[in-house]
Amino acid sequence: MASPDLDVRYVAKLARIALTDDEARTYGAQLADILGHVAALNELDTSDVAATAQVIESRNVDREDALAPCLPRDEALAGATRTQGGYFRVPRIIGEA
Amino acid sequence: MADSLIEMTAAELARKVNAREHSAREIIDATFEHVRRADGEIGAFLMLTEELAREHAERVDARVKAGERLPLAGVPVAVKDNMCLRGTRTTCGSKILGDWSAPYTATAVQRILDAGAIPIGKTNLDEFAMGSSCENSALGVTRNPYDAQRVPGGSSGGSAAAVAGYESTIGLGSDTGGSIREPAAFCNIVGFKPTYGRVSRYGLIAFASSLDQIGPLTRTVEDAALAYDAFAGHDPMDATSVDVPHENTASSLREDLKGLRVGIVKEYQAKSLGSAIDSVYAQAYADLERLGAEIVEIGLPTADYGIATYYLIAPAECSSNLARFDGVRYGLRVEGNDMTETYDRTRAAGFGPEVKRRILIGTHALSSGYYDAYYLKAQKARTKIAADFENAFGACDVIASPAAAAPAFRLGAKSDPISMYLMDYYTIPVSLAGLPSVSVPCGWARPDDGDAEMPLGLQLTAPLFGETLLLGAAHAYERATLHAKKHSPRIGVRA
Repeated sequence: MASPDLDVRYVAKLARIALTDDEARTYGAQLADILGHVAALNELDTSDVAATAQVIESRNVDREDALAPCLPRDEALAGATRTQGGYFRVPRIIGEA
Repeated sequence: MADSLIEMTAAELARKVNAREHSAREIIDATFEHVRRADGEIGAFLMLTEELAREHAERVDARVKAGERLPLAGVPVAVKDNMCLRGTRTTCGSKILGDWSAPYTATAVQRILDAGAIPIGKTNLDEFAMGSSCENSALGVTRNPYDAQRVPGGSSGGSAAAVAGYESTIGLGSDTGGSIREPAAFCNIVGFKPTYGRVSRYGLIAFASSLDQIGPLTRTVEDAALAYDAFAGHDPMDATSVDVPHENTASSLREDLKGLRVGIVKEYQAKSLGSAIDSVYAQAYADLERLGAEIVEIGLPTADYGIATYYLIAPAECSSNLARFDGVRYGLRVEGNDMTETYDRTRAAGFGPEVKRRILIGTHALSSGYYDAYYLKAQKARTKIAADFENAFGACDVIASPAAAAPAFRLGAKSDPISMYLMDYYTIPVSLAGLPSVSVPCGWARPDDGDAEMPLGLQLTAPLFGETLLLGAAHAYERATLHAKKHSPRIGVRA
């Protein structure tokens, strides 16, 4: 791979995206460029600061444990390619006996 | 009459509908007549919602007739297609959502409709709001109304082009690193990103959750304020929406800048964007001073690290958010022999190149062994960037800068991802700090590769929750300069 520390095939496997050989070459080179660019951050001394996940003070959000209307099941299922008996249907996950 | 209705501001339209001088129905007739004529050239819309618009117009006219006064009565609104509108297709400019139809409506959209606005359609965007030109849309090309060969900016390019081309009065956009402000600058309109947390993200399909914020694109600052007032405020459906009192910004607009300290960024002043553009910004700062502002020089020493920080944090969050597009519950599914192969194939077929790049970078930045070096480092850099702004606001009330690094570029001109990322040099640090920020038209310059002048935007930024101050200042500047009026759109106009 073009980048010393990015194995594009491995990362694509983690991200669950199939890549062609051409894509692996192209993205590998582009991602190496981008990582080269972000490496500028190493110049910045951050030893004295905490991480910021987001800038607005956040706190736990509670509500009463009360019943409220929710999306009906048929509407929740309406966007799926395959459903069966009120469930999303997927390929077999557990191997056949 | 039809033309005058499409050219009116939201404030004027609502006034006339509330006074029953015009009906919402007349406005919608005029709007769709123009959209049908213009959108073949502009390409702002992915879908028109004409039937829904007519239902809403009828409802608004009935409410007004019954004596109600609505702040946005009969005002057309174009909704970026990453926001849900119940019963309509929502694509995010991607193939992965297929013909998915939203089963609920985003809070911001619902609130603007409740205020009397009429939904006329869903607008084009860079896929999942990732891009600065709209060219990353998998579903269509949007052109800049001021030059058909140039991009409208992005990612809210469809909403920007619709408003600039008089196809809509208000555009709803979302801004993660500049996606409202940059297209507003490119299209000679106003683009406003509120403080992070001011506007509910419920029903906005997530890109980078710690940065995403909904805001308006309009032809005047007053219209931006009216739209913002309609949809800002706490929403129990979004745990990050802040529960602080909302002030009415539209009633607090001002005509001068007396007593306002405007910060000009020392580090930005040291860079040249080309002499023609530099002189437009020098004039803008002089105009702010003429209006009574005191100009002070401030420093943002870590702003230069904004892009590097952003291109770790935003992809990391996107890689996590976009994991939900797996072919199971909605959208495209490309069946494989097993579940893993189904995921791999679905996501390979459904996502475009820029989305894949960002998912891959983000996955890498979050992966075991790299998390501290990339993601944690970027989050710490974010702390420093936010602290820079906080320090700067000790010496000034508002910061002025360019909104984008260049005027609108030609379609296809930025094939290298990093050259595209650099367009958002001035907007990204502001986003990382969560600050409210607006781009206002500030002049025109001839691009290096063109003959016709293209618009430029002045970015004004205020401290957290400083929307009233920010929009007040932007309004005073706009009213005193009227740069947007110098040229009219060159495409999509009546023959």
